[in-house]
Parts: sequence; structure tokens; C-alpha cells
Amino acid sequence: MNAQSKDVGEYWSRNIGIIVPCLVVWAIVSLGAGILFAPLLNAVNLGGYPLGFWFAQQGAIYTFIVLIFYYSWRMNKLDREFDVDEG
Amino acid sequence: MDLQTLSLIAVGITFAIYIAIAILSRAGSTEEFYVAGGGIHPVANGMATAADWMSAASFISMAGLIAFLGYTGGAYLMGWTGGYVLMALLLAPYLRKFGKFTVPEFIGDRFYSTTARGVAVICLLMISLTYVIGQMRGVGIAFSNILNLPITLGLLVGMVIVAIYAVMGGMKGITYTQIAQYVIMIFAYTVPAIFIALQLTGNVFPQIGLGSTLAGQDTYLLVALDNIMQDLGFGTYTDRPGMGTYNMFLLTLSLMIGTAGLPHVIVRFFTVPKIADARKSAGYTLIFIALLYTVAPAVAAMAIYNMTTTIQTGPVGSPDGNLSFDEKPAWMERWEATGLLQFEDKNGDGRIQYYNDQNPEMVAQAEEFGWAGNELTRFDRDIMVLANPEIAQLPNWVAALVAAGGIAAALSTAAGLLLAISSSVSHDLLKGIFMPNISPKAELLAARVSMLVAIMIAGYLGLNPPGFAAQVVALAFGLAASSLFPALMMGIFSKRINKEGAIAGMLVGLITTMIYIFLYKGWFFIPGTAPLSEPDGWILGINPSGFGVIGAILNFATAYVVSGMTKPTPAEIQDLVENVRIPRAQA
Repeated sequence: MNAQSKDVGEYWSRNIGIIVPCLVVWAIVSLGAGILFAPLLNAVNLGGYPLGFWFAQQGAIYTFIVLIFYYSWRMNKLDREFDVDEG
Repeated sequence: MDLQTLSLIAVGITFAIYIAIAILSRAGSTEEFYVAGGGIHPVANGMATAADWMSAASFISMAGLIAFLGYTGGAYLMGWTGGYVLMALLLAPYLRKFGKFTVPEFIGDRFYSTTARGVAVICLLMISLTYVIGQMRGVGIAFSNILNLPITLGLLVGMVIVAIYAVMGGMKGITYTQIAQYVIMIFAYTVPAIFIALQLTGNVFPQIGLGSTLAGQDTYLLVALDNIMQDLGFGTYTDRPGMGTYNMFLLTLSLMIGTAGLPHVIVRFFTVPKIADARKSAGYTLIFIALLYTVAPAVAAMAIYNMTTTIQTGPVGSPDGNLSFDEKPAWMERWEATGLLQFEDKNGDGRIQYYNDQNPEMVAQAEEFGWAGNELTRFDRDIMVLANPEIAQLPNWVAALVAAGGIAAALSTAAGLLLAISSSVSHDLLKGIFMPNISPKAELLAARVSMLVAIMIAGYLGLNPPGFAAQVVALAFGLAASSLFPALMMGIFSKRINKEGAIAGMLVGLITTMIYIFLYKGWFFIPGTAPLSEPDGWILGINPSGFGVIGAILNFATAYVVSGMTKPTPAEIQDLVENVRIPRAQA
């Protein structure tokens, strides 16, 4: 029982360890690049897009999609490692 | 064939499809009615959720909203998509593991309290009812603007169609209908956008076209747009400080948290077979949403560029630089008839001037040109999407498709909201609180009856919209952000938060957000009762639309403080939290 609840604790902290970096990236691309640093980034161009504008209206959305699939892939791997996946 | 006949045929065909699906996917049990039996494939669920999420406002109004806001319109794009990251990482898999039917049910069980469940039901009903009024209104407007039929008739037809498939099929019928609606909607949105991008930039993909040069020129589209907007006194498009960095930040974050807390979307992740599916399904949902949301900013910029350059044909200020009234394109005349566009020759020169007459510098300059005010006196934002096929000179069947798409967008969202409302009434209020011994068969009947009643209430309010219809969206997102999202997240991520903490937190979040919005929009939205004025009276400069995040912070803080002062969470609830956190107990 002890070994198992230690596993449970470990699983949860690894889970948090996956979520937190994902949320950091989530905030950086949207609230950061799309809003706070957009005026700075607008000095750089991506084709005809000023970069800050691109993040606010395109780039952040693409990053969000990648983040969810990355999270999903890491979590499914973690579930198998701890033998808690639904099979 | 003329446009009206074609549109009627397109709408008629889509309605026939919805009814056929309804007949094929009747719900036989409460589980099928509430969560489609938990057997929806994650990709199919993603598509249905995307249709559920993208409302009449996303389809018809969002591009226009962005066109007028310019860069800061990104707040809506990021806010309404970024919420899915929060939902996927913080809520969906755990609530799927919990494996029940409604959002208030989780709150009631986790906080071991029917009071908590009741508060969650109140939040859910307030959010979903305010939201559904706009959808019913959207159905009526799509009918009247595109099909030239009375709003009342359009709304009644829409109500009957929703009633048929939602009452018969519950979540099962709604899900399969929404998949069809998604396909119609995305096709109707992207086809005109692709043609406009091709004409303007020579690029098939609107997302790339927006960052390309104008066809046959070296100038980038966005640079040309910036220049003409600047010359007409609106400020540049790509860094227009429409709402200020601070409020753009708050609004984006509030919309993100609010999106993640919308009960009618969260419940979609109860319909997939496994936890791994819930995680992936949120990703598929966002892909399907992004197909429209990354095209919308291109539609926005291209439509406002087309509109402005159609009117401003030559250099700003030159005597023959403006479109003369006699040469107005046919589509302008047609949309003038609907009242969405209005012109007035204020200086009597026979030409149209469109510029920012609220900008003192521009007004001074305009006087030198002999201009006497902005002559595009009504420029409804919905025109950006609705007139798109005609601006691009596409055949009439494309415009007919846009009509069907707009109605599909409104119906699919309305159905999802109506389901959230009726499940909450039959499952949370009736079975959960007032009649715990109700039989499954009677509960299914109750769910169907409450669905029917909800449709009638929504239809009535759509016909007689309270004066605040335009402002309720801010309220719905604000309430979802400040009440449900924090309660759900704390229920999963903290074992310390107890019954007292959660109830106090939800009430504080809900009440402060409502009061803050009422302070500026009037008590219960009654005109003339607002004690403070906008924007100079904003407390700490906070726009009421962006208050959701503040309400959420107050909710979190209250819950922590109150939980610390009251009895700790019982052991069996701590076990429940452990259980929700792990997909399957180890052998």
C-alpha cells in the first residue's frame, strides 16, 4: 500500500511537471508575444506580417494546437510508464 | 436562379439532413441523452465540439469585429482558442475520469454538498441562458438578412428544427447533427475567403495571403492597409491601440478562462470513451476551430481593404479620389436595402467619403478637402462576412451557402446550450436535489420536457430580446471565468478546498463580476441605472469585459482563506480526488 501511494504521488508530480511548462509556453506566445512584447516584435517581419501582429492573429493559435497534442502524447506515455492507462 | 430561391434551397437541404440524422440517432437511455452513451470517436467529438463552440457570432460577426479593431482584435482570437489549452490540461481528462453527466454534478460530489451543486446550477443557467438568446436571435437575423423572410418566421422554423433533433436525440442526436453543421459552416466560410485571397493576393490560403503582397504589386497587403487606414484617420491596422495593452491583456485572459469554464463545452469531453481520448479530442477540437479562426483575420483585413479601396479609389483628398454615388457596385445597393449599409452625401459633391470623423486632426484635414463628415453612416460589422461572396463576384450559390452556414452555426450552438440547460434541470435539480428516487425512464422524459421548455423560453427571448442582448456575451464569459472554472480547477488540483471554501469562492466570484458589469451597464441592464460611466469611471482602468480574470482571482483567494478557517475535507473526498487524478488504479 505504501509503495503504491508513493507511486500515486510520483505520478501526480510528474503530471504537474508536464502541465506547468506547457502553460508557460501558452502564456509566452499569447500574453507575451501577442500582447506585451508585440510592439517590440513588430519591428521584425514574417513575410508581410509584423511578428507581434502575427502572434496575436495566427501564431498563438497554431502553438495552442501543438501544445495540446504534445501534452496528450506526454501524458499517454506517462500513463503507460506507471501502468495506469486504460488499455 | 435568383439568390433568394437558391438560398432557400440550400437552407432546405441542410434542414432535411438534420432531420434525417435526428431520426437515425434517437436516444434510448439517459446516458445516451446526456453524454451520447460515452461512445463518440475523439475526432468526431472534436468536430461536433467545434460546431457547438462556433456560434452565429463567430461565423457572422467575428471577422467584422476584428476588421474594426485591427491588431487588438487578436484578443478575441487568442482568448477564444487559448481557453482550450486550459480546458485540455486542467479540466477535461479529470472530469472525463469522474465519468458522470453534468458539470454541477462534479461540483456537488467533490464538495459533498447539494448547496454547492445548486450554486453551480445557478451559474450554469445564467451563463447558458444569456448565451442562447443570442443564438436564437442569430437564426432570425440570418433568415431576415439573407432570405428576406420575417425574423419571426425564421425563428419559429429554427425552433422546430432544433426541437426535432435535440428532443429526440439528446446529446447523441445533437453530436451527429453538429458534425454535419460543422462541414456546412466551414465550407461556407472558407470558400469565399479563398476566392478573395486569390483575387487580392494571388494566394490560395487566406492565412498566407494576409502576409503576402498584393497581386501584381510589390506592396504587402498589410502595409497597404496600414497606409490607407492611417490616411483616413483610423490609425494603422497592425498596431492600432484600439483598447490599450493593459485591457487587451485582461480581456484575452478573461476570455481564455471563461472559455475553459463554459459548461456546454466541458460536457462534450464526457462523451468520449477514454481519458486518453478526452486529451486528444481537445486538440482535434482546436484544429477544427482554428480552420475558421485563422481564416477570420484574413477575411477581416481583406474585407475592410476591399471596402475602403472601393470607396477611396484615388489618393486621399484628391477631387476625384472617391467613388461617385452613381457608380456604386450592385452589392452595395443590395445591402443598403437591408439597412446594414447606409450612405449620406453630406457635402453634396456626389461622391462618397469614408474617414474617421471622430479624430480631430483628421476632421481638420477633411475640412480642407471640402468633406463634411463620414458619409458611410452605417457600416454594420456583419456585412464583412455576409457580403463577401458578392464582393468577390462569386456565383449566387456561394452566397446561398453562406446563408446555410450562418444558420448552421447558430443552430449547432443553440442545441449544445439547450442540452446543457435541460440536463441541468432534469439531472441536477430534479434527480440530484428534489426527486432523488426518480426512475431513469421518468428522468429521460423530464430531460425531454425541460428541453422543450428551454427551446420555447429561448425562442421567446430571441423574439423579444431584452435590451441588453449585445452585452450579455461579456456577462456569460465573465461568469464562467469567475464562478465555474476556479471551482472545477481547485476541485481537481487541491484537496484542501472544502465545501465552505468552494461555495464562498463561487459566490464571491459570481457576485463581484455581476456587480462590476452592472456598475457600467446599469443594474440588471436597465438603461439609465448605471452609477459609473465608461471609460473614465473604470475602477483601476478595468474594462468590464475583462473583469472575469479579476473575479476568478477573488474566487481562488476566497476559497483558500475560507477553507483554511473551516473543517478540512473528509477522507473519502480526498480519496475521490486521488481517484479523479489517475486514469486507472494500478493492479
